[in-house]
Amino acid sequence: MTYLLIFISAVLVNNIVLSQFLGICPFLGVSKKISTALGMGVAVMFVMTFSTLATFLIYHTLLKPYNLEYMTTITFILVIAALVQMVEIIIKKASPPLYQALGIFLPLITTNCAVLGIAILTVQKDYALLPGVCFALANAMGFTLAIVIFAGIRERLAYTKIPQVLQGTPISLITAGLLSMAFMGFAGIGR
Amino acid sequence: MDKTSLQNLTRGLVAENPILVMMLGMCPTLGVSTSALNGLGMGSATLLVLLFSNAAISLVKDIIPPLVRIPSYIVIIATIVTVVDLLMAAYLPALHAALGIYIPLIVVNCIILGRAEAFASKNTLGQSLLDALGMGIGFTLALTTLGIIREILGNGSVFGLSFLGEGESPILLFIMPPGAFLALAFMIIVFNHLRKREAKS
Repeated sequence: MTYLLIFISAVLVNNIVLSQFLGICPFLGVSKKISTALGMGVAVMFVMTFSTLATFLIYHTLLKPYNLEYMTTITFILVIAALVQMVEIIIKKASPPLYQALGIFLPLITTNCAVLGIAILTVQKDYALLPGVCFALANAMGFTLAIVIFAGIRERLAYTKIPQVLQGTPISLITAGLLSMAFMGFAGIGR
Repeated sequence: MDKTSLQNLTRGLVAENPILVMMLGMCPTLGVSTSALNGLGMGSATLLVLLFSNAAISLVKDIIPPLVRIPSYIVIIATIVTVVDLLMAAYLPALHAALGIYIPLIVVNCIILGRAEAFASKNTLGQSLLDALGMGIGFTLALTTLGIIREILGNGSVFGLSFLGEGESPILLFIMPPGAFLALAFMIIVFNHLRKREAKS
């Protein structure tokens, strides 16, 4: 039950992009086509789950016992950067087709603030190991859901006549605003 | 002040404004602009980090091997962010609590690493400081303006001073997440319109 609540809360109610504003750059940047958006989403799921697992273990076995909590930001960003590199190398060796699909997204993820944000939030919220990893996976799924829906709308928008003043960034932001308003409808489900 | 210095200082204010033109640092922009004071606080914190990171990187740029420059920059930036984070926790606890997760996330704010890579790694200490000052002030100005707009519409107050009478209610939507997207969209429309008009005349 706890796990179900974590998922509903992270995917729908407190969506990481639309209500917490983490990961806005890839959300606006790689959402022109559904297929690329999906690729980005899967890559984020991969990296976010593993990096949260790694940072969680480091925090609870190294930083906390030795009172080094103030090193959290520095340690986490380095671990994430290293992990992204490692994941890239492993995928390249182990599964070339997967690398073909995700390769271009992986370097972009290091600067995705959602990954660092969720790693920090997981330790701040004092989750145990398994719920913590579920929290990360659920948030990454929320990211994927939001970016895929957004890309779907933008594919349609490409064929619409948009007033000149709204072209480019403004229309994307307004679309995201309306999407965020739709997600507000989930507020109140599963406290 | 000679012409290049002036250009480096003013570039970030309008022509290459980090938020309105370059679309950098969108997460803190949308996340903390619920009130004018939060916007100002976040802008100042970012300005401070930007000043110190640009200064540090312009000083060590010749010692860092090019191959490991990005990781080195990130460590430098993360160190400075941690210092600013701890300083704010000690001296401005209320603001620190309001900005929350967005303070450690200054590390991954693209403006900081972007300026380090595009400017500080190629220029002298003085010019890098000017560049950081311009970019930081441009970021703070845009963020505070967005905060002011959202606070007026969504909370009926400016810098915490309420101007609403009895029985009047603000448009609550504007301090909620959708309001952030909508307010920024209209701010960019107005900004683009003003720039186009200026270019014509």
